[in-house]
Amino acid sequence: MAEEMRIVLRNYGKIDPLKIDDYLAQGGYKSLEKARAMNTADLIAEVKKSNLRGRGGAGFNCGMKWSFAAGAQADQKYVICNADEGEPGTYKDRLIMENDPHTLIEGMAICAYAIGATQGYIYLRGEYPFLVSTLNTAINQAKEKGLVKDFDIEVRSGAGAYVCGEETALIESIEGKRGEPRFKPPYPPSEGLWSKPTIVNNVETFANIPVIIEKGADWYASIGNPAYPGTKVFTLTGDINNRTFFEVPTNTTIREIVFQFGGGVPGDKKFKAVQIGGTSGAFIPDALLDTPVAFDSMSAIGATLGSGATFVIDESRDIVDVATRIAGFFEHESCGKCAPCREGTARTAELMEKINEGRGSNKDVALLEKLGTVMSYSCLCGLGQAAPAPVLTTIKHFKADYEAKFV
Amino acid sequence: MVNLTIDGIKVSVPEGSTILQAASEVGIKIPTLCFHPDQSIKANCRVCVCEVEGNRLLQAACAMPVFEGMVVKTRTPKVLDARKTILELILSNHPQDCLNCIRNGNCELQDLAQEYCIRENPFEYKVRGFAKDFSTPSLFRDQDKCILCRRCIEACSVIQSVNALGMEGRGYNSMVVPTLGKALIDSPCVMCGQCIHACPVGAIGEREQIDEFLAAVANPDKVVITQIAPAVRVAIAEEIGMMTGELPMGTFVQGLRQIGFDHVLHTNFTADLTILEEGNELLKRLKEGGTLPMFTSCSPGWINFCETFYPDLLDNLSTCKSPQQMFGALAKTYWAEKMGIDPSKIYSVSIMPCVAKKFEAARPEMNDSGYQDVDLVLTTREIGRLFRMSGLDFSKLPASDFDSWMGKYTGAAVIFGASGGVMEAALRTVYEVVTGKTLEDVNFVATRGITGIKEATVDLDGTVVKVAIANGLANARKLMEQVRAGESPYHFIEIMACPGGCIGGGGQPITKANVKRVERIEAIYVEDEGLPLRKSHDNPEVKTLYEEFLHEPLGHKSHELLHTHYHAKNKKFL
Repeated sequence: MAEEMRIVLRNYGKIDPLKIDDYLAQGGYKSLEKARAMNTADLIAEVKKSNLRGRGGAGFNCGMKWSFAAGAQADQKYVICNADEGEPGTYKDRLIMENDPHTLIEGMAICAYAIGATQGYIYLRGEYPFLVSTLNTAINQAKEKGLVKDFDIEVRSGAGAYVCGEETALIESIEGKRGEPRFKPPYPPSEGLWSKPTIVNNVETFANIPVIIEKGADWYASIGNPAYPGTKVFTLTGDINNRTFFEVPTNTTIREIVFQFGGGVPGDKKFKAVQIGGTSGAFIPDALLDTPVAFDSMSAIGATLGSGATFVIDESRDIVDVATRIAGFFEHESCGKCAPCREGTARTAELMEKINEGRGSNKDVALLEKLGTVMSYSCLCGLGQAAPAPVLTTIKHFKADYEAKFV
Repeated sequence: MVNLTIDGIKVSVPEGSTILQAASEVGIKIPTLCFHPDQSIKANCRVCVCEVEGNRLLQAACAMPVFEGMVVKTRTPKVLDARKTILELILSNHPQDCLNCIRNGNCELQDLAQEYCIRENPFEYKVRGFAKDFSTPSLFRDQDKCILCRRCIEACSVIQSVNALGMEGRGYNSMVVPTLGKALIDSPCVMCGQCIHACPVGAIGEREQIDEFLAAVANPDKVVITQIAPAVRVAIAEEIGMMTGELPMGTFVQGLRQIGFDHVLHTNFTADLTILEEGNELLKRLKEGGTLPMFTSCSPGWINFCETFYPDLLDNLSTCKSPQQMFGALAKTYWAEKMGIDPSKIYSVSIMPCVAKKFEAARPEMNDSGYQDVDLVLTTREIGRLFRMSGLDFSKLPASDFDSWMGKYTGAAVIFGASGGVMEAALRTVYEVVTGKTLEDVNFVATRGITGIKEATVDLDGTVVKVAIANGLANARKLMEQVRAGESPYHFIEIMACPGGCIGGGGQPITKANVKRVERIEAIYVEDEGLPLRKSHDNPEVKTLYEEFLHEPLGHKSHELLHTHYHAKNKKFL
């Protein structure tokens, strides 16, 4: 029986987010103090050793990323918190920022110290305007208390473009340009915001940092799946009894997420599929539910962990119709910079509509598969690479549903 | 050096090289569309994708730097399939009317479609049917043909600092649009045509006027005359499949007679004349305290730029018309009188390396002869098409000389075609006029070459004149900001809108790379070296013109026919 374990949500419901003293009473900013007493190489080594991997979706080793920025020579470095939580069904970052903004600020300040940055930005989802004052209040309180005196943080509000969650598009957006991804390399830790070394981490990633520093890398590395240790916050939506959130170790299985924590599908209906990681996540059938939610285990079944948004559908749903709507979402959200994504998302949507309306054939399904496969390894950024996953996985696991659409 | 393997071939390249560069070292061609050798890396078309061992994703060869031990595969089925699919996607909304396209036979997309054996496109064919933009007399834009590589945007913003083009919309609805989505004529576009060179397809091109020319030739009442700009001759060979500068002038002139010109004259004649007028204007400003620095005014793209962005500095512009317009005004006055031809019957066509010349010829004030001074402007590319249309075999054509009046020129006029040429020509004349001495070495090498900003100092018998030369409008902007701030150390500034000067003009054969421009510049100086007369004031026909008609530089007649004034452009959004 899997059990919930709260690391990033450790203060949820226990403190008043607008009162820094509440946070301090829980031991807040002790980790920052501890970190500052360490030399930066040791600090980064500790984070690396914890094997914390980015919680934004790409799963890159956090300490490794910091070490690149720390090693880069520059007169200015930046720390950016990616709070552009745009995946439909995801709200885990909001939970953290809304209930415990100081844990984010503390995580960012530790990172800033580690890499030698003096300026930070929180790039906040445009649809979260109500969080601006919470974050600013917390930043000002930390300043007033002299806790982050050599590190400034500004909150920058996005304008509602899904692609701006991609780290380089986010950077372009902060620079005042069209939110479009840059090609990599160079990666942001060597050339990021205004061409300076920049660390971009997700809210959930930063929120892990103070705890890792407090309790140590070994403690953290022992939690959950060794290759992707720690916990993950999941948000459940769709045809599920408990439309809720929880934080569990990463060796928890998908089945436990859906049936134990989610309470399974409502009514007498049968489970059909679950999509994990947001809109670009794979649709996973019943047969694969015993997969742990750790990054690599998910990759092995052609799925991702992504943001942890979990969307369950029961047997009454038309999965081809669901995938068609998703294809429409990506057609809308493609930035248009690279040809395979710009044209490919539009063609995918067109072909899906054709099939969904009963005008399609096996030829269209085959073309979708080919197009989606090419997009998955040819597009410039993660949006285009991931966009075909819902279509490809529904074709793979629910081919009969497609065929049932043919007239 | 970095060692890597591409398709099993070992190669060593300098650190920082891309896969694309390394592959070209070993003769492996990787297709590209958004890549431009003189521009920043864009990596947005993705047709150059390759496999890099250890990477799940394919990598864009144009953008991916090599690393030690890298193993690259450029032609696996996975790679070829990806490239072909991407091409099919691009072609699925691209008009399939190659036969009607200005870039038919000279289109990067067409070449790739052929190379990748695109036969039947599996994607539904959808053209959006945007209205074409014919708002300027120099250029057109065909939004349907745009493949969104953004090379035009970079040419306009980075090379020219004009920023008339940008992106609008998102995803499938993204478009390259002129400022604020307006028509090109209402944008800050200066009509230089550098976007044409940048465009891999037929989304932007010159306003072709071949039909107007053919109609004039067909009209028995018209005497069709032409003037050829100096930069045309060195580049025309490329347009007809020869090497740069390879077509001899005499054969070229014969070709022009064959396609229907009654008289073949030379813009070089008025280039020499420009030196006398502009040189004297400079001397007058230096002596009498006129506005300095004085800017040359030969490049109409530059004039548009100055009128649009620096209207406060219009007094610095030389009042001299460009050689094209001087020629136009003289052809229907002096030349007509001398030849005994009714000027109303003269149809004056200029052959220019420049698309902005089409706009310049159509300026309402350019009618000092009593008629529109220049009736039609054909670019180097259009003349090339007329040659091909006429089926001329230049290897067999006999040579012909220019007509005797307004056909003679010096080396000083020839070098007008290259950046720094007007300056060098002016210095050759100004030196001798001021000092009364003979200039032994006419080569002012400091003014030559494709460097963005060049400068030189000339000692005119104790008077030190400082000059600067800019090519490409982003470079011009730097000098202009200096002037505006009152910090310019120069007396005389030559500006050419296009990189390399007229040899890189918007109407020249499409060239993707600056190396081609350098070749053309070399051909220009070779021609100058070979001429017996190399100073404008030695041109015997120009001397006669002053004796018989103009009497003196900056005189009454000159003012009437050869000088003009420019006006601020009212661009509210700037």
